[in-house]
Amino acid sequence: MNKVLTIENVQTFYGHIQALHGVSLDVDEGEIATLIGANGAGKSTLLMTICGDPQARSGRIVYKGEEITGKPTYEIMRMGIAQSPEGRRIFPRMTVLENLQIGATILGPDRFEEDLAKVYELFPILKERERQRGGTLSGGEQQMLAIGRALMSRPRLLLLDEPSLGIAPLIVKRIFEAIRRINEEEKMTIFLVEQNAHHALRLAHRGYVMVNGRIQLTGSGRDLLANPEVRAAYLEGGR
Amino acid sequence: MRQTSLFDPAFLRPILAFLRPILIDAAKAAGIATLLTVFMVGIRTVDNPQGLQAEYRFDDVFTAVAIVFFGRIALSLLSGGRVLAGLVVVGGFSAWMLIALLTVGETGIGLLPKPFASTVVCWIVTLAAIGFSLRGFFLLTRGDKGAPAVFKEEGALSLRRMTPWIGAALILFAFVMPWFDFANRRIMDMAVLVLTYVMLGWGLNIVVGLAGLLDLGYVAFYAVGAYTFALTSFYFDLGFWVALPVCGAMTAFFGVMLGFPVLRLRGDYLAIVTLGFGEIIRVILINWWWFTGGPDGIRGIPRPTFFGMEFRRKPREGEETFHSFFDLDYSSVDRIVYLYYIILLLALITNLFTMRMRRLPVGRAWEALREDEVACRALGINPVNTKLTAFGLGAMFGGFAGCFFAARQGFISPESFTFIESAVILAIVVLGGLGSQIGVVIASILLIGVPELFRELQEYRMLAFGGGMVLVMVWRPRGLLSHRDPTVRLFKGRRTKSARPSEGTA
Ligand SMILES: Nc1ncnc2c1ncn2[C@@H]1O[C@H](COP(=O)(O)OP(=O)(O)O)[C@@H](O)[C@H]1O
Ligand SMILES: [Mg+2]
Repeated sequence: MNKVLTIENVQTFYGHIQALHGVSLDVDEGEIATLIGANGAGKSTLLMTICGDPQARSGRIVYKGEEITGKPTYEIMRMGIAQSPEGRRIFPRMTVLENLQIGATILGPDRFEEDLAKVYELFPILKERERQRGGTLSGGEQQMLAIGRALMSRPRLLLLDEPSLGIAPLIVKRIFEAIRRINEEEKMTIFLVEQNAHHALRLAHRGYVMVNGRIQLTGSGRDLLANPEVRAAYLEGGR
Repeated sequence: MRQTSLFDPAFLRPILAFLRPILIDAAKAAGIATLLTVFMVGIRTVDNPQGLQAEYRFDDVFTAVAIVFFGRIALSLLSGGRVLAGLVVVGGFSAWMLIALLTVGETGIGLLPKPFASTVVCWIVTLAAIGFSLRGFFLLTRGDKGAPAVFKEEGALSLRRMTPWIGAALILFAFVMPWFDFANRRIMDMAVLVLTYVMLGWGLNIVVGLAGLLDLGYVAFYAVGAYTFALTSFYFDLGFWVALPVCGAMTAFFGVMLGFPVLRLRGDYLAIVTLGFGEIIRVILINWWWFTGGPDGIRGIPRPTFFGMEFRRKPREGEETFHSFFDLDYSSVDRIVYLYYIILLLALITNLFTMRMRRLPVGRAWEALREDEVACRALGINPVNTKLTAFGLGAMFGGFAGCFFAARQGFISPESFTFIESAVILAIVVLGGLGSQIGVVIASILLIGVPELFRELQEYRMLAFGGGMVLVMVWRPRGLLSHRDPTVRLFKGRRTKSARPSEGTA
């Protein structure tokens, strides 16, 4: 299998506070890799470090054979990585369509219509809400918009930070279903960060468990789901 | 066999319970008003032959405190759901004041006594009272507790649909205005001034309204533009039309130069640095006297010509003037009207340019950057370049306006480019509603035109200015027209064209 993303011994700091203590992991082409961990474990920090904001203080991040550590964020994002960040961060005063247009900024107009149609097919509700302001959408719709916006740049690696955060279970199901479809139909590699371990691990080909800025466990999604430690910490009592 | 009498405690108690907090509140407000007014209004120093003496005006203090006391009660009633009672109080007061003010005759005494000797103060109080009455009236007719109709979504929506029409009507009016009778020299002068600020407002709107970069030193670019024209005309004999693009290029360059080091700063820090930049430019202009003329400024800046023809009574040797060429009688207003059309065109170009930019990826990135910079970076937008273009383009339009200003005045000095100018331009943008183009026009008329009309108010102008700002911030905390128009309007079947993020990438 081709490795799309390789992270080697990455350490990230916020000022003096170390958030990542030497994280290493791989993501293979075409798979859904899931990272689970408790609040404050450093999951979001890892995703943001991949995007170069904040930069890793040491270690290496390699994307498709090219080292991206130290590159500015906007350059990394132009290499085919897209992120739906934690808390969604859609543009609240702009309409759904405008949000999607900004997602397509780096691609330009040529394939906009085609990509737009794909996103609308994936999340039909966005088409209905096309002219509505982002800030007036429900949480679930905002999350769909954030994913859709990320897809508009035709990424080869999609980073998703807690897409189920604060969303009704029924909608969560729909969003995870969409993630699976993106992976299968577009052959897109997905790196999914979640606290909602149950859903995320069931979807994942490969899973990582992060504790206090370190990767503690690795395995296939199925194995981790069955792992008693994981069950105790993240599935039964943990949630 | 009890009869409820008006003085029966059982009847009075609920009323008292209702009134007590209101009265206590009003008493507190009156106390604060007393503290504030007793020295500022109550004592006035007069210069006598015997030296500085204090003159006491405690009757004015008393009136002011009384107005605050009852005004506060009225407000509490209005916001406490007793709209009718509140309306009676403020409405009655407004009516009283209007009668008192409008019936003042030759003798200086009206049908009803005015609370203050100064007519200006009376008017300010009256307008405030009328404002509250209108609010109460809206509350009453709407029957709900929210804001008056125009402030509500549906109201705003219908207003919003009108915006393009209002805009078109305003532009049409602006073009024909000089042909009306009322457009005398004073009005035209004022219109030119207002339009200059409209243009400055639109220019700054790119930076503050669209890109969300708080720039407190915008006047620096105005100054650079003005001085670029003044100096190029002085040293190289350039005329207005040749110098105009030079000024734009120069200020855009300055904008980028300033933007480069400071754009990594955010919010308040950026504001402080730009504030400093504005002052630095002014101080340089003052101290570099052998080049810029220092505090004395530069005089004899050429006026704009009409295809080489000047607007003067007598032509220079071998040249023709505007009026002789067109066989007109000489009129000094012609020159003003010409200036008016120049600034109108410049302003409209600024506006069209901004509207167009908003539809392009760069413009959309400006707005996205204002909303969420982190998200923008995550979408591959280069924040530094994006901000620099906003800063440079905003500066460029400031420079055009400065060039025009120099040509109109014929004389410039650093005194025209003080911080207060930046503040006024910023106030126009904020008051108009960040990012709103028509809002800038309305705010310019309110902030520049109206005070100019009421020059008689003299020192009270700043007071009224401040009062107006406070009222706007109370009623329209996001600016007069805070609405943001989507850059894509969707009509079925037309989307393919308009929805594209257009040619080129950011
Ligand atoms: N901007 C920041 N400044 C300082 N500390 C931060 C910042 N963001 C996150 N942290 C700290 O880094 C650690 C990891 O946070 P985060 O990556 O957000 O965790 P997770 O996404 O797993 O919940 C936490 O201890 C958090 O307090
Ligand atoms: Mg997180």
